[in-house]
Amino acid sequence: MSQELVTTAGPPRATRRKKLAIASTLTSMRKNWLSYVFIAPFLITFLLFIVIPTIAAIILSLTYFNAIEPPKFVGWLNYQNLLTQDMVFWKYAIPNTFKFAIIVGPLGYMAAFMLAWFITQLPARIRVFYTLALYSPSMTAGVAMSVVWLIFFSGDRLGYLNSFLLELGIISEPVLWTQDPKYLMTVMILVTLWSSMGVGFLALLAGLQNVDTQLYEAGRIDGIRNRLQEIWYITIPAMKPQMLFGAVMAVVGTLKAGSISTQLSGSNPSPQYSGHLLINHIDDYGFIRYEMGYASTISVLLLVMTYIVSRICWKLFGSKEE
Amino acid sequence: MRDWAYNLKKGFRSLRRMTTFQWILFVAMTLLAAFMLLPIVYLVNHALKPFNELFLYPPTFIAKQPTLQNFTDLIVVTQSSAVPVTRYLFNSIVMSVLVFFTSCLISVLCAYPLSKHKFPGRGIIFSGIIISLMFAPEMVGIPRYFVISNLGIINTYWGHVLPLVAMPVGVFLMKQFIDQIPDELLEAAKVEGAKELRIFAKIVVPLCMPAVATTAILSFQTAWSSDETSTLFMEDETMKTLPFFVNTLTNNLSNNVANQGAAAAVALLLFLPNFIIFLAMQKKVITTMMHSGIK
Repeated sequence: MSQELVTTAGPPRATRRKKLAIASTLTSMRKNWLSYVFIAPFLITFLLFIVIPTIAAIILSLTYFNAIEPPKFVGWLNYQNLLTQDMVFWKYAIPNTFKFAIIVGPLGYMAAFMLAWFITQLPARIRVFYTLALYSPSMTAGVAMSVVWLIFFSGDRLGYLNSFLLELGIISEPVLWTQDPKYLMTVMILVTLWSSMGVGFLALLAGLQNVDTQLYEAGRIDGIRNRLQEIWYITIPAMKPQMLFGAVMAVVGTLKAGSISTQLSGSNPSPQYSGHLLINHIDDYGFIRYEMGYASTISVLLLVMTYIVSRICWKLFGSKEE
Repeated sequence: MRDWAYNLKKGFRSLRRMTTFQWILFVAMTLLAAFMLLPIVYLVNHALKPFNELFLYPPTFIAKQPTLQNFTDLIVVTQSSAVPVTRYLFNSIVMSVLVFFTSCLISVLCAYPLSKHKFPGRGIIFSGIIISLMFAPEMVGIPRYFVISNLGIINTYWGHVLPLVAMPVGVFLMKQFIDQIPDELLEAAKVEGAKELRIFAKIVVPLCMPAVATTAILSFQTAWSSDETSTLFMEDETMKTLPFFVNTLTNNLSNNVANQGAAAAVALLLFLPNFIIFLAMQKKVITTMMHSGIK
């Protein structure tokens, strides 16, 4: 509709054309006023609770702010301190987040794809039970499940894991699974993987079921010999959009994790920083030391990281038009 | 529930026609599924165990004499304290139901024009939503607190509901879903003199019910399980919700064994509604997810 209005431009003078373009945009906006009314409620909450906090985080990251006095502008100082002075950040938060993210992110994502593929290879009627079994863990509230984990991994002989391993004779005395720095990270990763089959997993599953079966027949004629080749040459290219959606969900889910270490170890920071992730680092500075400016700096860094990793996924799975 | 039983029956019948590969998968996946469900089965049992079974050695998995004692204990124990558990439950229900309806409504309202109207600014808004798919509220908790305190909605239900209603994932899923509705259908309705509001209510909403259901599930799960709003935006104890309460129960759980049964009971309360809603709507969710791709 708006195109028609633009083509009525008179003399080919740039300023006049620009004016007309603005005018036509305005008329088009006026004509579509209802669309804006429809969008308004979402847009307002979206701006208030997502966009403004993000911008505020960027601004706060350039200040010293202790939540009592008004923020003082300090420029890049927080970033300088974070990148050059913060030992805990370099020694624990970054390596831990990296280790955690590599295992839970790509490996978790591949596991989700594999499991989704396995499910689609089963007879259609029984698929739903497996879907339900794998998806259920993601419906448990993280906070509430700590009651289960704390008993499972309890450090005394009453803990299920300890009791089980003692019985088998694998360990000779109870292990403090959630307090010992040696094991905390492993337990965190296991618990997170357990509950990671969420929306992304469902999208992969739906994408797999949606691939046109004619493609497989055509592939067989073109000389595809086994199922692995089929996955690589037909399935994945055919469901790239869902792969991307699943990947983005996995990236965000992984990098926002952090409360799990507090829930398991019962303290932030966790024993000897063994489960210290970037989110814990933010909470440590933001809500324990009240250095809001510095905490915001870490948030911004985390947001940038999330964005970059998501962009890489985009490069891998995105279609050409983007 | 009937078609579940039907599915199961048919499912067993289709087992007979499976290939060797499928049999191996079937066994492996059944084992894995059982393993994944283990903590949940355990949670159910633990919530139903009477007090003397909670601390047996060696620990038992299945409740021998299931009882609802933990649930009644929960009510009795908190009766004498400042805030009874029913208050947390009430807050949780109010908040989740409000989030559930509001976020569905505003998501579908927003998704329809984004998909079918060509108005200036549409591209920017949609890119903004795509980018914010990568956004997690956990990352900017502090500025969110300041926004909410400046709006003056600390300690009100608004403070629970508003931060959660904007769900970019919901709008995104709905928009992709509405894209599948043919333009001709809407044009035809317009030719017959239907106004936008009528088209929206009579054609778009009924056709995208699967996507609405999916958003509903996601928003309900977020609201029902989140302790973020209670921890950050509520100072008044009487305004906090169930997930926050379970947190106070599980804190120092190892020292305070008496609460184990009660904590398990609340944890079960937090899981069941999510599970039941998903069970009822899972078909719709899968249909929506087919269109979930980012193109």
